[in-house]
Amino acid sequence: MTTGDLSTLLVWAAATSFTVALIAYAIDLARIVDQAQSREPAAVPVGARGPVSAVAGSADEAAPSRSLRAEGIARSTHYLGVALLFGGIVLRGVAAGRWPTANMYEFTLVGVFVATLVLAIMQRRRIIPFISVIVLGMAVLSLALALLVFYVQAEAVQPALQSYWLVIHVGVAITATGIFTVAFAASVLQVLRDGRENDHSHLVAPWSRADGLRRSLEGWAVTGRRFAWLEQVPDARRLEAMAFRLNAVGFVLWTFTLIGGAIWAEHAWGRYWGWDPKEIGTFVAWVVYAAYLHARTTRGWNGRRAAYFVFVGYAVVLANFTVINLFVTGKHSYSGI
Amino acid sequence: MVRYRPEGLEDTFQEAPEAPVAVPSIGFVGWLRWMWRQLTSMRVALLLLMLLAVAAVPGAMFPQRAQDETKVAQYLVDHATAGPWLDRLGFFDVYASVWFSAIYILLFVSLVGCILPRTKVHLTAVRGRPPRTPRRFTRFPAQGEGVSDDEPEAVVRTAATVLRRPWLPLWPRYRVDVREESSGTWSVSAERGYLRETGNLLFHLALVGLLVSVATGQLLHYRGQAIVVQGDGFANAVVDYDTFEQGTAFRPSSLIPFTMQLDDFESSFDPVTLNPRDFTAHVTLDVPGEDPAKKTIKVNHPLDVGGAKVYLQGNGYAPDIEVHDAEGNLATDGPVPFIPQNQQYTSRGVIKVPDVSGDQDQIGVVGYLLPTAQQVDASTWQSIYPQPGNPLLVLTVWHGNLGLDTGVPQNVYELDESRMTQSVDDNGAPITLYVKQGETVDLPDGLGTLTFKGLPRYVALDLRHDPALGFVLVFAILAFVGLATSLFAPRRRIWLRATAQDGRTVVTAAGLARGDDVGLQPELDRILAATLPDQPISTQETP
Repeated sequence: MTTGDLSTLLVWAAATSFTVALIAYAIDLARIVDQAQSREPAAVPVGARGPVSAVAGSADEAAPSRSLRAEGIARSTHYLGVALLFGGIVLRGVAAGRWPTANMYEFTLVGVFVATLVLAIMQRRRIIPFISVIVLGMAVLSLALALLVFYVQAEAVQPALQSYWLVIHVGVAITATGIFTVAFAASVLQVLRDGRENDHSHLVAPWSRADGLRRSLEGWAVTGRRFAWLEQVPDARRLEAMAFRLNAVGFVLWTFTLIGGAIWAEHAWGRYWGWDPKEIGTFVAWVVYAAYLHARTTRGWNGRRAAYFVFVGYAVVLANFTVINLFVTGKHSYSGI
Repeated sequence: MVRYRPEGLEDTFQEAPEAPVAVPSIGFVGWLRWMWRQLTSMRVALLLLMLLAVAAVPGAMFPQRAQDETKVAQYLVDHATAGPWLDRLGFFDVYASVWFSAIYILLFVSLVGCILPRTKVHLTAVRGRPPRTPRRFTRFPAQGEGVSDDEPEAVVRTAATVLRRPWLPLWPRYRVDVREESSGTWSVSAERGYLRETGNLLFHLALVGLLVSVATGQLLHYRGQAIVVQGDGFANAVVDYDTFEQGTAFRPSSLIPFTMQLDDFESSFDPVTLNPRDFTAHVTLDVPGEDPAKKTIKVNHPLDVGGAKVYLQGNGYAPDIEVHDAEGNLATDGPVPFIPQNQQYTSRGVIKVPDVSGDQDQIGVVGYLLPTAQQVDASTWQSIYPQPGNPLLVLTVWHGNLGLDTGVPQNVYELDESRMTQSVDDNGAPITLYVKQGETVDLPDGLGTLTFKGLPRYVALDLRHDPALGFVLVFAILAFVGLATSLFAPRRRIWLRATAQDGRTVVTAAGLARGDDVGLQPELDRILAATLPDQPISTQETP
C-alpha cells in the first residue's frame, strides 16, 4: 500500500468517525427536543430577562435532560475523526512531496479539518448539539464529495503553483472557510432562537396566496412545539456574539487571502488584480461580510437582520469554491477534474 | 466636544438621543445638507456595499473584454439578440462600466464623508479626558461592588494605579481621570482601546489610499508581450512588442532601453501524467551602462529590470523552416512559432510564404508539429511526449493569395483560406506532407521545396511596469493592520466610585464596552480584586 492509499484510507476512516459523531450529536439533540416538548407548554420563559447571571446560560438547568452517553460518544468520535483526518492530510502531503492544498480534494480535506477543529475547540466546555449537527453534517457530506468526486492522485504541482504562497494563501483561505462554516451554523441557530424569543414566526400569520403551503409547514413554526428545544440553547444575543467573533476572525483571514492572493498573482501572472472569476467571487464574499460588519453596528439592522448577511456571505463562499472551480474557467482552475 | 456620528450608527459610547433630522425648510442648501447626511449614513453605506457585491457578479458570468476579447466576440455571434443589448449596457466590460463605477465612487464618497469627521472627533477624544463617571451604575452591562476600610481617596488612587498598569512597557492600559465629586466621594473614570477606533479609521483611509494607488498605476503603467525564439533577442521598445498596452499618462520615454536574448529554455514534465514540473528561461540581459548579465526567468520568479518585471507566460516550439519557390529561389527562412494545443505539445502553426519570385502563387502551409511522434496507423500520427524525441511536421499546402495586402489585420496563427486553393491528390483528398527534422520535401503542385532545419524553442514573455505597485502594497498592509486592530482591540470604559458610609468606604464599579465584550466583566472583577485585596466582592453581569 502506498502512502497515498494510506492517506485515502485515513480520510475514509475520518468520514466514518464523523458520521458516528454526527449520529451521536443528533441523538443528543433529539433527547433535548423530546425533553423540551414534554415540558412544553408548562413554562415558556419567552424573552424573560432578569438580573440572573446569563454567563452560565439557561442550559445548565437543563443539563439533566441531555444524554451524557451520547455526548461522550459524540465527543470522542469527533476528536478521533479530527485526528484521523489530520493524519490523512499529513500523509497526503508526504505522498505528493509538497504542501497538501493544491486541488479541490485537498482543499476540502483541510477545510473540513479546520471546521471540525474549531468546532471542537468552541465546544470544549459545553456542547451545543445543534451547531455540531450542522457542522458535522456538512463535514461528512464534504468528505464524501471529496472522496467520490473531487479525488485526484497525489502528485507534484505545476510550475504556477510552486511557491510558498501555496501554503500561505491557500492555507489561510481554507482556514477562513472552515471558520465561516462554524460561524454560519451559529448564525442559523441565532436566527431560530431569536424567532422563538420574540415569539415571531412567518408560518403563523396566514399567507395571502399560498396559504395551503403555509399550513402544511405550520408544524415547523419556530414558535411551535418542534422547536421547544430552542429554550435550551444560549440566548440569541450570546449566539450573535459567538458568530460575530468567529466571523471577525474569518473576515480578517479572508482579507489576508485577498492581499496574499494579489501578491502571489503579481509574482505568477504579472498582475495583482485581474477580475479572474475566483477573484470576483472572493471579492464579492469579502464585500458581503464587510456589509455584515456594518449591519451589526447599524440601528435597525443588527441582530437578526445582520445574520442574514452571514447567510448570503457564506453562500457566496461556498459558490466561490464549488461553482467557480467546476463550471467557470479562469486562472484558478486547479481542481484537477 | 464635537459629537459627530454617522446617521444610523449604533454606538454604546454615544448615547446622546438621535437629533431628529431637520425637515429641510431652508431651500436648496438644506436639501444638499440632507442629501449629504443621507449619503454618509450607515444605511446607505450598507446599501451601496450590497449593490457593489451584486454588481460585481456579472463579471464572472459573462466573458469580459479585458480578459478575453475573442470570447466576447463569440458570445455576440451566439446571442444575436441579447448580445448587443448586453454590450450596450456594459456587461462585457463590467468593471469599467458606468454603473459599477458609480457604485464604488459613491461608496468611497460616502466613506470619506463619514470617516473624515470621525477622524476629527477621534483626535479630540484621544487628547481629551475620559468621560465623567455617571451618577448611576445600574444600566451598565458589567457591575461590581465591595467595601474597604481605607479612605475613599486612597481607594480611588489605588484603583487608578491598577488601571494605569501598562500592558506594554510605557503603554498605559487605561487612560485615567480621578475626581472628587463631593466631600467624601471620589471617583475614577478610565477608558482604554482608542486603538480600536484608530484601526477602524486607518482601515478606511487605507482603502482610499489603495483606490488612489491603483488608479495612479492604471494611468502610468505599461505592459508588453513578445514571443522570443531561442537565439533571438528583443529590445524594450514599443515597436518590438507583439502587443503593447499602456496607461493614458504613459510616456514612451519611461521605457528602459534594455535588450534581452533567449539563450536556452529548459522544461521538465512528469513522465506519467505529462503535467509540467518546471520551466526555466536562460537569458542574457543587456542594460545600458551595465555589463551583460546571465539571468533566469521562471514561473513565479519574474526578472526585475529597472523597475519593470519580465514574466515567463508561455512556451512552445518554433520549427526552423526554409522554403524555396518553384524557381528554386529562397522564399522564407527562419523559425515559425507553433502554438501548443495539448499536454503532449501537439502544436499548430501556419507558414506564410508571400515573397515568391515572379508571378507564382503565394504559398500557405498549415499543420501540426508533433514533438515525439508515434505512428498510430497508415495515415495517423500522434505526439506522445512534450519533449522533442522524434519531431515530425504534418502539413497541408495551400496556394493562391494570402490576403496580406488587403489592409485587414491578420492573425499570424491563422490562414485566410478565402483566396487560396488546397493541394489535393487525384482522388480530391488533401495532400498531407510528413516532414522529419533535417528532411527536405517537395511541395505538391510543383510549388517548390520545404526543409525542416531545426527545432528551437520560444518563450512568451510579458513585461510589466507599474510605478504604483509599492503604494498598493503599503496601503493593503495598512488596511489589513487597521482592520485587525479595529476588530480585536477591546474598547472599554471602567468607572469606580468610593463613598464614605457608616465609617467604612463603599466601592461601586461599572464597565461598558463597545460591542459585545466577554472580557469586560472579568476585567472589572480583576480591577476590583486588585483595588480591594482581602475583601469580599460581589459582581454581576447584566445582558
